[in-house]
Amino acid sequence: MSFEMLIAFIQQSVRLSSTLLLGSTGEIITEKSGNLNLGTPGIMASGAISGIIGAYFYTKSGIPFNPIVSILITFGCAIIGALLTTLIYCFLTITLKTNQNVTGLALTTFGIGISNFIGSLINGKMGGTGIAAFPEIGEAYRATLPFADKLGVFGKIFLSYGFMTYLGIIIAVIVAFVITKTRVGLNLRAVGENPATADAAGINVNRYKYTATCLGGIISGLGGLCYVMDFAAANWQNNILDQFGWLAVALVIFAVWRPNIAVFGSIIFGALYVIGPFILGLSNKSQELIKILPYLVTIVVLVIVSIRDKKENQPPQSLGLAYFREER
Amino acid sequence: MADIKIKQKEPLIHITKRDDVSFAKSIIIHLIGIAVALVLSSLLIISVTGENPLKLFKAMYEGVIGTPAANMGINKKYMESIHIGAILLCISLAVTPAFKMKFWNIGAEGQVLMGCLASAYCMLEFGGMVDNTVLLIIMLLASILVGAIWAVIPAICKALWNTNETLFTLMMNYVAMTLVSYFIMIKDRSGRSDLGILNERTGYGYLPDLFGMNYIFNILIVAGVVVFMFIYLKYSKQGYEISVVGESENTARYIGINVKKVIIRTVAISGAICGLVGFMIVAGDKHSIKPDIVGGQGFTAIMVSWMAKFNPIIMIPVSLLIVFLSVGSKFATSAFKVDNSIGDILTAIVIFSIIACEFFTRYKVNFRKFGKED
Amino acid sequence: MNNKAAIELKNITKTFGSVIANKDINLTVNRGEILSILGENGSGKTTLMNMISGIYYPDEGQIFVDGEEVVIRSPKDAFDLKIGMIHQHFKLVDVFSAAENIVLGLKEEGKYDIKKAEINIKEIADKYSFEVEPSKKIHEMSVSEKQTVEIIKVLYRGADILILDEPTAVLTPQETQKLFAVLRKMRDDGKAIIIITHKLHEVLSLSDRVAVLRKGEYIGTVETKNTSESELTEMMVGKKIDLNIDRSEPKNTADRLVIKNLDCINREGVKVLDDISFTAKAGEILGIAGIAGSGQRELLEAIAGLQHIQKGEVLYNNPKTDKTENLRDKNPLQIRELGVRLSFVPEDRLGMGLVGNMDIVDNMMLRSYRKGKSVFLERKRPKDLALKIIDDLEVVTPNENTPVRRLSGGNVQKVLVGREIAASPTVLMAAYPVRGLDINSSYMIYNLLNEQKEKGVAVIFVGEDLDVLVELCDRIMVIGSGKITGVVDGRNTTKEEIGLLMTKTDRGEGNG
Repeated sequence: MSFEMLIAFIQQSVRLSSTLLLGSTGEIITEKSGNLNLGTPGIMASGAISGIIGAYFYTKSGIPFNPIVSILITFGCAIIGALLTTLIYCFLTITLKTNQNVTGLALTTFGIGISNFIGSLINGKMGGTGIAAFPEIGEAYRATLPFADKLGVFGKIFLSYGFMTYLGIIIAVIVAFVITKTRVGLNLRAVGENPATADAAGINVNRYKYTATCLGGIISGLGGLCYVMDFAAANWQNNILDQFGWLAVALVIFAVWRPNIAVFGSIIFGALYVIGPFILGLSNKSQELIKILPYLVTIVVLVIVSIRDKKENQPPQSLGLAYFREER
Repeated sequence: MADIKIKQKEPLIHITKRDDVSFAKSIIIHLIGIAVALVLSSLLIISVTGENPLKLFKAMYEGVIGTPAANMGINKKYMESIHIGAILLCISLAVTPAFKMKFWNIGAEGQVLMGCLASAYCMLEFGGMVDNTVLLIIMLLASILVGAIWAVIPAICKALWNTNETLFTLMMNYVAMTLVSYFIMIKDRSGRSDLGILNERTGYGYLPDLFGMNYIFNILIVAGVVVFMFIYLKYSKQGYEISVVGESENTARYIGINVKKVIIRTVAISGAICGLVGFMIVAGDKHSIKPDIVGGQGFTAIMVSWMAKFNPIIMIPVSLLIVFLSVGSKFATSAFKVDNSIGDILTAIVIFSIIACEFFTRYKVNFRKFGKED
Repeated sequence: MNNKAAIELKNITKTFGSVIANKDINLTVNRGEILSILGENGSGKTTLMNMISGIYYPDEGQIFVDGEEVVIRSPKDAFDLKIGMIHQHFKLVDVFSAAENIVLGLKEEGKYDIKKAEINIKEIADKYSFEVEPSKKIHEMSVSEKQTVEIIKVLYRGADILILDEPTAVLTPQETQKLFAVLRKMRDDGKAIIIITHKLHEVLSLSDRVAVLRKGEYIGTVETKNTSESELTEMMVGKKIDLNIDRSEPKNTADRLVIKNLDCINREGVKVLDDISFTAKAGEILGIAGIAGSGQRELLEAIAGLQHIQKGEVLYNNPKTDKTENLRDKNPLQIRELGVRLSFVPEDRLGMGLVGNMDIVDNMMLRSYRKGKSVFLERKRPKDLALKIIDDLEVVTPNENTPVRRLSGGNVQKVLVGREIAASPTVLMAAYPVRGLDINSSYMIYNLLNEQKEKGVAVIFVGEDLDVLVELCDRIMVIGSGKITGVVDGRNTTKEEIGLLMTKTDRGEGNG
């Protein structure tokens, strides 16, 4: 691999990693509250399409284009869209105590379906060229610091990304801090580990579950937005986000429920995903086979963690279980 | 915490567990749920298309059953719909024994896909070398074996180290998809990353049509699986063991059941039937192989099995309902010029409603202003 | 020491459905004193304390704290009144450190600082000479360390009224002594302490006053210094009640089950059975008495092949073949395959003996479904058996296809006992078979056990009601803390004698 290619490879890996990082950071918060949200791919898709909806109406409105306004609008739309989707999951699993796996899978179907539906609708209204594209907004999302280019290799490796890359890392670091170092984080972990104990200690279990899952959904949704606006430069494509959604869920396991590990994990996953074309002389077949690695690595981590049976690395103890006080 | 106010009100809504509701009541609750889902769907349709939802439902009906004119030839529309329902039903049946045991196998998608891969591989490798019947048998056995292996790997880890099976089986889906892409790359000489229809000219490894209708073979197999699964779960000793392990591992130990063995055996059966579905898809329907050939049915099946409360007979109407929604809307949407993903949305809404119904069959909502603990 | 009432209960009554758990209870605890609440299992001690700590809400009666009437609806209300309870089953998050568990759910001023909390915890610990490592994880702790964390958790929240529910049940004698020293220190500090226990010698050595409950009723309170073990025992077990259970003389007794030097260690690494040796004879009912949790469950499970045996032997003399089989390290299936007819009515009826969601017929098959070579179930015989049991034992049920979960407690037990007896056992073990049953159902169970005895079955009966044990059993073995503390003849013993043996711990104070 030549030097330029190496740098391009790193850049590609990091660009993709932001989507995975945001997706999995959201899922980590959710899982820490004891909710296994398999609707994450759907939530990411709904966040992404909501951003596209915002972009469509903004560009259509005839208001002179302003990159910052375009970011604010798409960002706000993505948050609302992801939140609404997540609320369905919350209401069903927390209030109505439905099975989390089934609800999550149905939510993925729902989120992917609705994003494809709206995507096609917008695509149709924009002339039906096959993709709904908003190049200006893509530019806005991918804008780098003006001096990044002048800093040579350092600038290329560390400063050549849109703001969402840095935002993702900041969110992950903040979430890691909140979970491990604050009272709220302590209470949240207690809810996911042992809701009955948390309840007895005076913690409002349902409120924590709702808040954590909704916040997690919003962050995951931003992951979807990041993909469509930054990585795909504001081009909408149907059915693209579910694989990244599942990769984000895998990354949660890989990172043993720690967002700070997820920062590095997401870059590794991103690298494994994009490495194919960068290895010279690698056939198409082998490139395809390399895409298996993120999943295989995740499985290996999952199995090793269960064999070592170290308490700190286990999934939250009551993950996937509904809590009903009178069932103690 | 100096001055203490202890005059608190009882919660306005107090939720308690209830005993079983009667069968009739449960049916009514579920029908209400489906009705709510249809109203929600209609509102959605009106809001996006502005069309009368009744028109859409009528178009869906025609899309599923077909018009008399369209059903003249060998390719009968309703047979196609029934076949899609049968495939979904069969995967639902496959995941059921594992679920009954509280083993969350959400890897049906991958297990079916591996079954497809095994069949496709045999089709290409042995097509023409052996008699077609022999080839079909080889394909069948290979698919069943591979599906079972794909399921058993997580089951063994679960039995030995209590590895989380939900996440493990989920990952296995994507490993399977990548393997299929890889297989296509190896076999593909056209460079299109698509093998097209396998053995198109020779027809090696194709299930024959029966009684002048296509798909009939698959539908018969599925009918057989329904009967098998119903009997297996209800009348066989192994089915009984599955129920005991699923209800209480303590009781299972008390009567000397080897829990690990039952887990592995049951999940193997689950995977084997998924493999069988893979065979049916390749040999009896698509005659091709693609990473998305299962089309998410593996996930939908999980929801079908759950909604039918693991009862093989109830799974028949449930899977038909889901197929009505997805196939029907696919047809109707082309007529109304909206994207066919509306089928997924309607399906999800119906599933949400039905699983929400469960709350009302399991819990009682008590409203009260004031009262004491009982 | 100010002799002011910290808590006063007036006419407290609490019922659960038709069961009266507490009836018209009056009780006072003063500041600067340790009050013991003494009573047998099911006498209503824990229920009463749960009402003070906000878990339950009383049906009738009033609670006064420091002379003012209060309403306690939740654990939080209790905390606000500075009442803290240390439950028998700890409420701790395993993967958290001690300090994290202690501050959990608190809304303290200022920024979250676990280091500062650890210092505060150390201070509390030093004050009462607790030994605790605030940064140690709960899952790395011994039971006594966990208990310490629970106590500090309560103190950290400012509690000055402490309730401890059987705190010594899980402790070694040395740990118990340490705990008592701490409690005395707290008392001298002016706190009010309530300790629930059934160990008489602990009551006498620790408390200032003793309140006795019996079958949900308040019997009285005595000053510890003016009482004796025998007086307390009498208050606790009451006068002898004539139950009129027919007890025939054992006939053709033979050694059926011989247990030799059995040791068992539970999952937490605590030795639950310590050098147990006894013989169960055919044609005899052997009673096992003891405080709940003294190792009864583990003993029966060890015999039934459900508990790993550390040391010792379980020998079965087969009456058909005259061969002796060692059942150690065999699972229930292997034991059956040896031709051992061992029936077991476990304490946990719906969690172990039966499957709640299955109907009566399917529950009948649990033991026998493997019979025959067919891959299919044979439901004819189980159905006949179900109908026979429903008929013979007067099981109240809509029909034989009703899930057992929907039956009442007594009927559930009839189904379970009926099935176990139908297997024509040579050994029948029953753990608390009449717990929660009404009088008529209880008598039916006693009669069934007697019938089995007359048929030549070796019956092992674990019970809690001493009146019943004395009237039903031929011999009574008493265990305390996993050791045999005595074996008495059922015909020549008194409740008091058994009561004393039950509360006697460790003949030779040892490793517990």
